[in-house]
Amino acid sequence: MSTSLDTLQAAQVIGGDSLKARLASAERRNKIRAFLLVVPLLLFLGVTFFGPIASMIGRGFEDPLLPDNLPLTLEALADWDPSTSPLPPDKAFRALGEEMLIAHKAHLLGRVATRLNYAKGGMRSLVTKSGRKIKRLAKAKLPADDKAWRTALLKVDKRWGKTIYWATIKNVGHRYTLNFYLRSFDLGRDLTGAITKVVENQRLYFFNGANSVWQRTIWISFLVTAFCVLLGYPVAYLLATLPLRTSNLLMILVLLPFWTSLLVRTTAWIVVLQSEGVLNNLLIFLGLIDHRVQLIFNRFGVVVSMTHILLPFMILPIYSVMKNISPSYVRAARSLGANPFSAFWRVYFPQSVPGIGAGGLLVYILALGYYITPALVGGPKDQLVSYFIADHTTHTLNWGLAAALGGILLVGVLIIYAVYDRLVGIDNMKLG
Amino acid sequence: MTSMRKTLCLAVASTALGLGAALPAAASGALTVVSWGGAYTKSQVMAYHKPWVKKTGIKINSVDYNGGMAEVKAQVESGNVTWDVVDVEASDAVRGCDEGLFEEIDASTLPPAPDGTPASKDFLPGTIYPCAIPEIVWSTVVAYDKTKFTGKKPSKIGDFFDIKQFPGKRGLRKKPKVNLEWALMADGVPTDKVYEVLGTDAGVDRAFKKLDQIKSDIVWWEAGAQPPQLLADGEVAMTSAYNGRLFNAQVNEHKPFVIIWDGQVWDLDLWAIPKGAPNLQAALEFVRYSTDTVRNYDQSNYISYGPVRKSAAALVKPKMRPYMPTNPKNFKNALKNDFEFWADHQDELTDRFTTWLSR
Repeated sequence: MSTSLDTLQAAQVIGGDSLKARLASAERRNKIRAFLLVVPLLLFLGVTFFGPIASMIGRGFEDPLLPDNLPLTLEALADWDPSTSPLPPDKAFRALGEEMLIAHKAHLLGRVATRLNYAKGGMRSLVTKSGRKIKRLAKAKLPADDKAWRTALLKVDKRWGKTIYWATIKNVGHRYTLNFYLRSFDLGRDLTGAITKVVENQRLYFFNGANSVWQRTIWISFLVTAFCVLLGYPVAYLLATLPLRTSNLLMILVLLPFWTSLLVRTTAWIVVLQSEGVLNNLLIFLGLIDHRVQLIFNRFGVVVSMTHILLPFMILPIYSVMKNISPSYVRAARSLGANPFSAFWRVYFPQSVPGIGAGGLLVYILALGYYITPALVGGPKDQLVSYFIADHTTHTLNWGLAAALGGILLVGVLIIYAVYDRLVGIDNMKLG
Repeated sequence: MTSMRKTLCLAVASTALGLGAALPAAASGALTVVSWGGAYTKSQVMAYHKPWVKKTGIKINSVDYNGGMAEVKAQVESGNVTWDVVDVEASDAVRGCDEGLFEEIDASTLPPAPDGTPASKDFLPGTIYPCAIPEIVWSTVVAYDKTKFTGKKPSKIGDFFDIKQFPGKRGLRKKPKVNLEWALMADGVPTDKVYEVLGTDAGVDRAFKKLDQIKSDIVWWEAGAQPPQLLADGEVAMTSAYNGRLFNAQVNEHKPFVIIWDGQVWDLDLWAIPKGAPNLQAALEFVRYSTDTVRNYDQSNYISYGPVRKSAAALVKPKMRPYMPTNPKNFKNALKNDFEFWADHQDELTDRFTTWLSR
């Protein structure tokens, strides 16, 4: 930037204003050409990276099943207030009955039923059974008017006489909703639509005490990062200060795990830590314990294997920063009278902090998203948030909730990144 | 050619080759058959796949999964179906049909028994569904390693929940099915009232309360091959398992496992075809072929699952009969898995179960 200003001033001195203008337009053309060279890459990133992520986050807000399949019912329920009258007007009964029949014939009622079941347990069987019974009713004779539909529906299942089921349909009927994001924090809506905490035995993500999923994810990731710093720093120091040939050899040992599959490394830990495994056998052989200790399928197993797998990500940044610390500083400190520990702590360590920051950020963000290692070596109470994202994507097929959880995780990581940038500055990050 | 052009040509050629190789198996007409893996898939390969390939020349691409409708649902809803035939549990068959995830299969096209009995009379009553054709009767049972219990041996389902008398860890499938029924049975609910009680909120609470008693001692498994492995590793003292996998461990691998038949929960496995399957005609032929009398019986030679056709069950070899779940000796306190109940309540019970598990 400063060079072009100088060039401009020089141009003005040499050739006057026209030269300056021509130089400015030439520079603008260069900038546009440079931008056009990057446009294909930006488009590619947009389509393959930003687009899918935005679509995923958007899915957490979309809830189209009911608006698509029960539009008239929702319209009939629009003016109904659950807190003032216990049941909606008769036209709602008719709309629901007719639309359930249409959906049942098109084999779409099951999906609607499943969606309602996420909001209120028991609705799946209520809706699917009602659909089947109304189909049987249609073979004989369908009700003639709204009031007849009301009686018919109440006869099909008396649960249709309870406010909660109608209120659930009304609640779930918004095309764009915050409900999935609320559910990610154990919040739901009551009859009037106000936000409340969910029933106690369904609290899992945030309001379940210290072992809630979000708290657990943050804490385990922090523990793993701390252990990685403690274990990785001495190794990086060794690598940085040994003579080149030895340190290269040791570096190969640090990098070797990257050539092994992650699954192999994780299952190797199962072999080592299981009740009849290597570590237990060793401890019994040495006489240190007489009963086998549970080292796997619990928190201990998760922290140990995650630390092991993430250690190289800590060692390499710290190593690359340490490699750039000139040994003359410590020597100068020693020559000025500092004892070895003081020289290390007050001269060497502060210079290696950017490495710890970079490694720590990398390990922390990786640990936050870890799925396969806790799934294999952890117990049910040690699963991180990504396990639940996977569970909702592949098992319960509640893609709205999976998208909401994923979106929150992404935003959380971006916030951590922004905080790090503020405090330390990404430009100061050295990864080698 | 200059070296740059050579490199370019090589790059283009290898990309084309790579893309060509990546074309899905469906394009070449191979049938994708999905089943539960391990010893069970092996028995199907021996009894169904191999004779089919010999007869028709159509190759079979065997895929493993752990049950549940999620993958089928994802494929059908996204319009990208790659599976042709799926081996499903009965409650998933009911559910899949309800939600329009499976093709309808006309039972009148199924081959009759060798003596001429039509298929609709030859299959066990009530087992043919509009979208799924049954193959076997299988059972979830409790098993233990007899070398681990030197004194009194466990003999009934209540013993599974008795950590004091029979110490050691327990293995259970990571789904609420069967676990909730067993919890109620161990808590004193008579076998014929289990689903009635489980249908009430108080019943579900009661089942989870009973499971809470042993929760900290449970090791959870997902794949059918895991429980025999857990028993062999000594990781658990007693575990639930599919009875056929235990047969494989006992007879083929000579492990000292004992099956507790008391409280067995029996179920059906059926063939279903996802809607929009790429090779529909071949899939239908495969389903018809593999459920005829001879094939149905042949599978029982490789694994201890009971054939669903009466004509096939009559052919089962004497040495396999003691291991069959339907053998009268084993069938004294058996519970039939209520498929309709699970089709309706699976979602909310799974939700409650997953939350209970992670708290």
